[in-house]
Amino acid sequence: MPIAETFAALRAVFGDLPTSEFRGATRVVVPAERIYEVLEFLKGKHGFDLLVDITCVDYLNYPGAKDRFGLVYLLADTDANQRLTIRTFVNEPEPVVRSVVGLWDGANWLEREVWDMFGIRFAGHPDLRRILLPDEFTAFPLRKDYPLQGLGERHNFPVLTRGKS
Amino acid sequence: MAVADLMDQVATTRLDELVSWCRKSSLWPMPFATACCGIELMAAGASRHDIARFGAEVFRFSPRQCDLMIVAGRVVMKMLPVLQRIWQQMPEPKWCISMGACASSGGVFDTYCVVQGIDRFIPVDMYVPGCPPRPEQLIQAVVDLQEKIQREGTMFGKEFYIASRQQTKRALQEPK
Repeated sequence: MPIAETFAALRAVFGDLPTSEFRGATRVVVPAERIYEVLEFLKGKHGFDLLVDITCVDYLNYPGAKDRFGLVYLLADTDANQRLTIRTFVNEPEPVVRSVVGLWDGANWLEREVWDMFGIRFAGHPDLRRILLPDEFTAFPLRKDYPLQGLGERHNFPVLTRGKS
Repeated sequence: MAVADLMDQVATTRLDELVSWCRKSSLWPMPFATACCGIELMAAGASRHDIARFGAEVFRFSPRQCDLMIVAGRVVMKMLPVLQRIWQQMPEPKWCISMGACASSGGVFDTYCVVQGIDRFIPVDMYVPGCPPRPEQLIQAVVDLQEKIQREGTMFGKEFYIASRQQTKRALQEPK
């Protein structure tokens, strides 16, 4: 199915969603509260069967940005060999979107990674724990307001000396 | 048997020196290789450079069987408790080589998760500079460590307690 038809079907169901294209990569921006419906629609009716990645951008202090976090869902249609980027925006103090683990099991770890690094909560996720950082970590290090060298986490260990060990 | 023949068959030395000579000639490394330095560590163990020439070829992956920890590569904060536990599991006497810029100082990775030098948290005997160091440099560190063991080593490990006193004096924490 050509991408233009998919866009037309999306507009017919969800209203006028902003779209853009850059060098063959197409993007659709959807409101955060409808992200699950849009992805379900694209997976069920338009053959976007593969969730390639979920990632996030922090737009703190970004010129012209209106929202804090931009979530990015990369989809692929493995039959028609088409790709589509779905974007949505969430804001503090409670950045939350609905989890898509119900659609793709592979979203489990991807959403955990976004939670780990950016602190975006995925409502309905079966096991929203940290995936890369240690469990006792308290910050979300890929947020722009987190200092590059951390808040002392890397020095918060006992010192072993010859006498002690 | 005459007493004159005895001098050809007997050598006299101090017990500390004899023990140190035994220890230095049979170092058993524990390869704690986390990054590209680990590749150079493997090269040092392979036939071209051949760390076996210096008696340190028996790499064991159980800390219980080792007495030389070679930390090759960056250590992140999630890995450091593992490193400390492995260090504690090694039997005494034990030594540590910090191989490469990352293990010694964090290297270029001055970020929230990378430990800025393992010597902040475990004792280190030898530092090997380089990114990564060549196998010759690691072998040089082993040879230097052997010299250190021979020079300072004692049968009951007195030298370690002196070293621990020196280490507590150092400023280990990052300036606020």
